[in-house]
Order: sequence, then structure tokens, then C-alpha cells
Amino acid sequence: MKKVFGRPVSLTDVPFTYCPGCHHGIAHRLVAEVLDEFGVRENTIGVCPVGCSVFAYLFFNCDMVCAAHGRAPAIATGIKRSRPDSIVFTYQGDGDLASIGTAEIVHAANRGENITVIFINNAIYGMTGGQMAPTTLAGQITQTSPYGRDPKTMGYPIRVSEMLSTLKGATYISRVALNKPANIIKAKKSIKKAFQVQLDRKGFSLVEILSSCPTNWGLSPVEASKWVEENMIPYYPLGEFRVPEEVA
Amino acid sequence: MGEKILMKGNEAIGEAAIRAGCRYYFGYPITPQSELTAYMAKKLLKMKNAAFIQAESEIAAINMVYGAAATGVRAMTSSSSPGISLKQEGISYIALAELPCVVVNMMRGGPGLGDIQPSQGDYFQATKGGGHGDYHLIVLAPSSVQELVDLTMDAFDLADKYRNPVMILGDGLLGQMMEAVEFKERPKVDLPDKGDWIITGCKDREPRHIVPFDLDPSVLEKWNYNLGEKYKKIKEKEVRYEAVNTENAELIIVAYGTVARIVKTVISNAKEEGINIGLIRPITLFPFPEKVINKTADNVKKFLVVEMSLGQMVEDVKLSVNGKAEVNFYGRAGGIIPSPEEILKEVKKCL
Amino acid sequence: MAKIVIDEERCKGCELCLTACPKHIITMSDNFNKKGYHPAKQINPEECSGCAFCAITCPDVAIEVFK
Ligand SMILES: Cc1ncc(C[n+]2csc(CCOP(=O)(O)OP(=O)(O)O)c2C)c(N)n1
Ligand code: SF4
Ligand code: SF4
Ligand code: SF4
Ligand SMILES: [Mg+2]
Repeated sequence: MKKVFGRPVSLTDVPFTYCPGCHHGIAHRLVAEVLDEFGVRENTIGVCPVGCSVFAYLFFNCDMVCAAHGRAPAIATGIKRSRPDSIVFTYQGDGDLASIGTAEIVHAANRGENITVIFINNAIYGMTGGQMAPTTLAGQITQTSPYGRDPKTMGYPIRVSEMLSTLKGATYISRVALNKPANIIKAKKSIKKAFQVQLDRKGFSLVEILSSCPTNWGLSPVEASKWVEENMIPYYPLGEFRVPEEVA
Repeated sequence: MGEKILMKGNEAIGEAAIRAGCRYYFGYPITPQSELTAYMAKKLLKMKNAAFIQAESEIAAINMVYGAAATGVRAMTSSSSPGISLKQEGISYIALAELPCVVVNMMRGGPGLGDIQPSQGDYFQATKGGGHGDYHLIVLAPSSVQELVDLTMDAFDLADKYRNPVMILGDGLLGQMMEAVEFKERPKVDLPDKGDWIITGCKDREPRHIVPFDLDPSVLEKWNYNLGEKYKKIKEKEVRYEAVNTENAELIIVAYGTVARIVKTVISNAKEEGINIGLIRPITLFPFPEKVINKTADNVKKFLVVEMSLGQMVEDVKLSVNGKAEVNFYGRAGGIIPSPEEILKEVKKCL
Repeated sequence: MAKIVIDEERCKGCELCLTACPKHIITMSDNFNKKGYHPAKQINPEECSGCAFCAITCPDVAIEVFK
């Protein structure tokens, strides 16, 4: 018998520090598989955020730089501009990318930086114990929206992919989910496309990944995956929002 | 010998940086340093293996420097006081990550949006850390356009030598001033090889990480101690100052940058009135020239610190003098430059 | 013929593989692993198709698949 599925080389042996059932781990593995499949691990520089994935530098088996909260796209810009032949990706949560780092992501996209952004939307601040994120759903209860998010005073959840796809500089933008095998397979394809865009030097690519946070949602991992299906996907539709213009 | 050319301070910094091998500049416009940003745009956008980005903010600019510096290239950003405040987060990360880079601050009046006139109100911020945590920049304080050039070039060498961010602390006056400068042939300096730490992709080696944190306090304490050791070495080796007429002076003025220029006029004006005063001009603000000030206090019993602030460097002078002499202070704030006449009046008050 | 190998020590007992398996042949063990979780285990291995749904769903990359 042959091994048909195993740990990608682009992941180290270090066990993930994520909670049981947290989708961060699936997202890591998919990115690592894509790096393996393109054979670019040794030419890749990743930038990890502040958030639960602050330790991602221990998990990805490639050169990694840790960013200040929200600043990963700016750091990735500095790296990519000085090493245009390296493959550069950021891995960011929704507090990181869509709140404190809004300016950095918008302008990296607008400049068409040739980097790939892996954006983990789990509708919450995981690391700090479950506060409201810009992506927290209307009515969702968190530590800082204890009576449910009231859009009238707390704003509506931001649809980052849709927002960024209005920018001409962005080349590839998609939203995927990891709540069931069929979606995981699609997510992998999308991440692969995003890196392909970078390899082809076509510009900015971002994959928004709807992801679970069983711990701070107060759900079991199985219930949390269901919650993604029932609550997140209806508000955050899956699909490609921007694809490279084919050169005729 | 290079030829002398007439240049504006801000542009001279840009030219010096490029001649020092800096090809990566990230900045955000702010008066009174915008000519530097424009100069870098004009030059770097036409160069190969180079990048100029007008960033979306000073926060983004310093983080672009962080990324570029991590790959081993010479990178730089510049701003003026309010923009430097925004860069503090990034500078603190860069300090712990021990990445070499150069940050220029052409100070203007503060606090707040303040004004756009020359000031020295950011001395504390520059020399005591500025951002959060226990760290220091190497801080160089030029007082002429020629020195802007020389110190900018030195700044890149010092940054590489110590893997530490270096700040050029000038002010709006120096940035706007036109003076003849010479881009001198510089002796080759031996700098440590960056090959063993830069982030380039892990081909033929283990992956590397640039990690400005460790949640284990015993590890983080060790890193802090290592930084402390580095700062100690910098204090031993890199102090620079200029001493003018310190022998037999009745009073020593301590001043840096633009103010030190004015004090030189005060010294000759005073001489005409039969008053013999001297100047100690710190060129490095960190490390501060405390030894020479302390030694001078053995013979001279009166000091006057003059700053374009309410009194910041005066604290370091007092620490250096350590009670051996009287330390007076005169300052103008909010972007006002003290005149030679008013400084001389202060000198007379002290005597 | 297919088989899966679950690394019990990597497993965090989240049960996502259990819901992902179309053949319903994964269950949770009564034993504890070193981290204190009940690891997943396969029952009726002869029914395994090697589809790897369990493995691609596992957040801790604890499952290998052989075919
Ligand atoms: C400047 C700054 N502000 C606040 C924090 C505290 N902080 C750490 S992680 C985090 C939120 C992370 O949430 P998210 O980006 O959604 O990532 P997740 O943990 O959910 O994956 C915050 C606010 C910080 N580290 N730095
Ligand atoms: S707190 Fe939430 S996001 Fe963070 S590791 Fe746990 S489950 Fe995942
Ligand atoms: S490989 Fe498929 S059939 Fe076999 S245990 Fe896993 S999910 Fe079930
Ligand atoms: S999905 Fe992985 S971690 Fe979760 S129970 Fe199954 S084997 Fe264990
Ligand atoms: Mg989050």
C-alpha cells in the first residue's frame, strides 16, 4: 500500500497549538500542501500575524517573519519589493486584517502587491478571548457585544472580499470555507490559484477562509462547523470575486 | 576629494543614503522633510533592484522597512515629529528583532500637530526609546548639511554593525538649509556578514524566523539583557561630540543640532565682550557624551544647556555632571529658534 | 484495499473526522492520550474506501491514508 495522504513537507513536526477542532489547522495544512505542490517551500517567506496564529512561524517549514498586529501586508510588501523572486504570503486573522490592519490590506491590494494573503475569518477575536471582530455577525454575542452585535452602534459585519474586489489592483479574491470535505477541497483549489497568480507575477491574491472558533463561540467543534454552514455562509457567500483577466 | 555641490539638507540626506547603498525607501509626506521623500522617488524609481513606495501611512512605511531590512538590504524611512510618533510601534519591533535600518526625523514643533517650524521637542522620544519596551536607537544629531551627509552614511554602517535601528535627528531648519557639501570617498569599513540571519528562503539551510516576541519571560529577559549588552558596547565605542573652546571657559554651553550652530556665534560674540565660554556639542545623542561632560565639570563650574524645547537633554547633562557643577537651562519651544542675543543674555545671567 | 493510521498523540479528540467519514467507521476511543484527549479510532477497517475525507478534515493532521 502507498501513502496517499500524509503530512506535507512544508509543515514542521511541531504540533499545532490551536484548540481542538479549530479550523486554523486545516488552513495551515492546505497552504503547506500548495507550497509542496508548487515546489516552492525553499523560496517562500511567510509573514504571520498577531492572533491565535502568532505561532505559525513554528508550524510552517519555511522562512517566516512575525508582524505587529495588522501590519503583515506592509511587511510582506517590504520583503517582496526587495526579493521579487521569492514567494511571499501573509496569514492573518479578521481582527488583524479587517480592523487594526485595514489600511495595510487595502493599500497592499490597491498597489497590486504580488503577494498572497490567507485571511482567516472566524467572526471573533480568538486569541484575546472572544471579543467582537469587524466580521462578527449581527446579533452575535461576544465578550464585547454581550447583548449581541447591534449594527446600529457597532457597525455591520464587513465583507472583506467584496470590499477589496472593488479595487482594480487586486487580481484574485475568493471566499472559501472549511466546514466539510467538499468545501475543504474547493478551498485548496482556491489557495492554489492564489499562489499561481503570484507565481505568474499577476499581482495581489487573497483567499478569505471562513473558519471556526469552537472555543470562543462556545460550541463543540462539530457544532461549530455546522454554525459556519448555517450562519456564516449565508452572510458571507462563497465563491470567486475577482479572477485574473485572461490575456486574449 | 569629491567636488562641492550646493544642496538642500533634505535632498543631501537622500543622496547620501543612495551613495551608502540604500535602495529601499518607504515614506509618507510630511513637512518639513517632504523633499527627502520626493528625492528618493525621483532617484529610486529609475533604479534597478530598488523600491520607492509612498506608503499609506507612517505605520505602513516603517513596516515596509521592517520587511525589507529582514531580507538584508539597506532600507530607510523618514518623517517629521507626528509621523515619527506613528512609527514608534514598528521601531520597537525592529529593535527587538535587531534589524538594521535608518529612520530620519526632521523635527517640527509639537506636541500634537504642532506647527512646521524647527524644534528639538522629540529628544526624549528619540533617545529614551520612543516606543514601548526597553530599547534604544543610535541617535545622530547633525548640525550642518555636510554632517547630514556624513552622518547618514555612517548611520547605515552603524545600523549594520550593531543590527540596530539608527535615527538621524535633525530639524526643519537643517532640512531646508542650502549648503555646499562634498560626498567624500569613504574608507571601506569592515561590517559583519548578514548571511547568517537574513530571511531569503530556506534553500540549503534550516528555515529562519524573525520573531519580535517570546511569551516565556525568562527567554524575553535574556533577549533584553542581550540588547543591554549591545547598548553598553555602543556607549563604549560610538560616542561622538565636538568640543569648542572648552579650555579655560567660564561656562560651557551644551547644545546640539541647529542650536549648536547658533551657539558658535554666541561664543565669538561673547569673546568680543571679554566673556570666555565654550561649547560641547553632542553628535551622538545616544550614546550620550557623558564622560567628556563629567570630566569638563571638574574644571568648569557652570553649564548652560540650550535647546529648542522646554528642557529635555538638560536631564542627561545633569546626570553627566552628577552634581559637580551648576547646570542651567534656556529653551524656546513650539518652533521658535533662539537668537544669539538672547542666548548671550542667558549666559550673562548665569555668570 | 485502503487503510488509515491515526496518530493518537496528535489527535485532540475533536470528532470532526468522525462526522466527515461517509462510511461512519470512525469513533472515539475510551482511552486517553498523553494530552488527555480521547483519540479517534477506526472501526471496521475493511470498509474504508481510502477517500481521505477524515484526513483532509483533521485540523491536527493526525491521519495518514494508505491505498
Ligand atoms: C497593537 C495591539 N493591539 C492589541 C493587541 C491584542 N491582540 C492580540 S491578538 C488580537 C486579536 C486577534 O484576533 P484575530 O486577528 O481575529 O485572530 P484570531 O485569534 O481570531 O485568529 C488582539 C486584539 C496586540 N497584540 N497588539
Ligand atoms: S481560540 Fe478560537 S481561533 Fe484561537 S485556537 Fe482556539 S478555537 Fe482556534
Ligand atoms: S478514508 Fe474515507 S472511508 Fe476511510 S476512514 Fe477516512 S473518511 Fe472513512
Ligand atoms: S479530526 Fe483529527 S484531531 Fe479531530 S478527532 Fe479526528 S483525528 Fe483526532
Ligand atoms: Mg479572528
